[in-house]
Amino acid sequence: MTTEQELTAVVIGAVTEIAPDVDPGAIDPDADLAEQLDIDSMDFLNIVVAIHDRTAIEIPERDYPKLGTLNDAVSYLATAQRQGAGA
Amino acid sequence: MSEFLMPSLGADMEAGTLLEWYVKPGAAVKRGDIVALVDTSKAEIEIEIFEDGVIDELLVPEGARVPVGTALAIVRAPEPTAVGANPATVEAPTESRPSEPESTLAAAPAAAAAGAAPPLRAPVTRAAPPPPHRIRGDHRGHASPVARRAASNLGVDLAAVVGTGPDGAIRKADVERAAVASRSPVAAPIEAPPVVPAETAPVQAPRATTAGDRQALMREAIGALMARSKREIPHYYLQLEIDFSKSLDWLHADNLKRSVEDRLLPSALLLSAVARAVAEMPEMNGFWLDGAFRPATGVHLGVAISLRGGGLIAPALHDADRKSLEEIMRGVRDLVQRARAGRLRSSEMSDPTITVTNLGDRGVDLVHGVIYPPQVALVGFGAVRERAWAADGMLGVRSTVVATLAADHRAGDGHAGSRFLTLIERHLQEPEEL
Repeated sequence: MTTEQELTAVVIGAVTEIAPDVDPGAIDPDADLAEQLDIDSMDFLNIVVAIHDRTAIEIPERDYPKLGTLNDAVSYLATAQRQGAGA
Repeated sequence: MSEFLMPSLGADMEAGTLLEWYVKPGAAVKRGDIVALVDTSKAEIEIEIFEDGVIDELLVPEGARVPVGTALAIVRAPEPTAVGANPATVEAPTESRPSEPESTLAAAPAAAAAGAAPPLRAPVTRAAPPPPHRIRGDHRGHASPVARRAASNLGVDLAAVVGTGPDGAIRKADVERAAVASRSPVAAPIEAPPVVPAETAPVQAPRATTAGDRQALMREAIGALMARSKREIPHYYLQLEIDFSKSLDWLHADNLKRSVEDRLLPSALLLSAVARAVAEMPEMNGFWLDGAFRPATGVHLGVAISLRGGGLIAPALHDADRKSLEEIMRGVRDLVQRARAGRLRSSEMSDPTITVTNLGDRGVDLVHGVIYPPQVALVGFGAVRERAWAADGMLGVRSTVVATLAADHRAGDGHAGSRFLTLIERHLQEPEEL
């Protein structure tokens, strides 16, 4: 089980892999990621793939809107992980 | 014997800096092998060679900036096998990049072993590469009056400045770059030392050293090309709002069956629909050159990719009309990643036959494009939005996308343009066929 802190690091790692110019400290955890970081749909898909590579969590396409902000993404992943472990 | 020339990597390129040679004299090369890395003002591009042969001589040293069309290397024809020659003895002359998967060095022995390529010549006589010529001496010396004045003001020696103007003429911008370089703590002469083998002395190339430099050069290149387009091309513009629901429904259902890495984006369907429409309307696919339209032989979509930090590049997705959606998706992902990492290939830069821009991803409704000369058309897509849509006497909510066409009036008229947009629409109503 990965802690929320580790999940935050996973998301930030995935984001900075796609957008290396982003300063992780400057990410507003409650602001829309795509807007504040100028991320397009291809970048977003690559972030989802990177998160999958690191956590093995499969994020279905219909859940993409639930990963809008950093905080939303972390809580989504934490929930997904709990459900995955409980299943 | 033939000359391998500095290619034109897009209509906006006048000169390029040879950053790195991936081959040495004596190396066997096959058509399509990557032999060098060149910096245009927009990006670093891997340069492919256009013929099979053996590198005889490198004419331009690493670090040199030379105009398009300058001979970079001499390539001799592959030689017939000497009697009794054993392919197993063939080896690459020097391992300049053993880990580079696309390196000629890796490819050549494999091909020889398979008997696919003509036997290669072992470079026994070429233990040390001969000194490359300095070819820029001819072009040196002529500087514009403005450049001379700038040189005198900035205390720059014109003899040490690499010209980027026509025929290597020195422009004011070159002088300013040289002045900046000479102030920098790692300054080296911008001109490369003439005779140093690559691996013994890395040459200080006049590459864009900072993001700011790159940004300025890219703006200059885009500005020059777009100004030329607006000056020379009589654009006409059309737009068509397309019901995208069927495509999207199909896409979402199909993506459920796919693993994360294999999922498709709506842009893959848009690109595929354009490619198929282009294949049916060759008058949209090609170049306006010397007062006439020259149709292209393949459908190579230039995919406009915005770079982080600003700037734009539109490399080719080759033969897009013959690719499956999966291949298009993989191809675009690969292009985006390499565009942003600065690792595009020369054929991708010079080949696009029509450009597609998908600005809708950034939220706008539609885009009125500026054609990339010498192409004759550009297709743009806006954002996919839900709208009230009347069809078959019924009002409903549909996802729609506005497709636009900017096309060259010299090559055709709005009648053909409208047929083209309606063809794209028709293909988007049959997503399972894309």
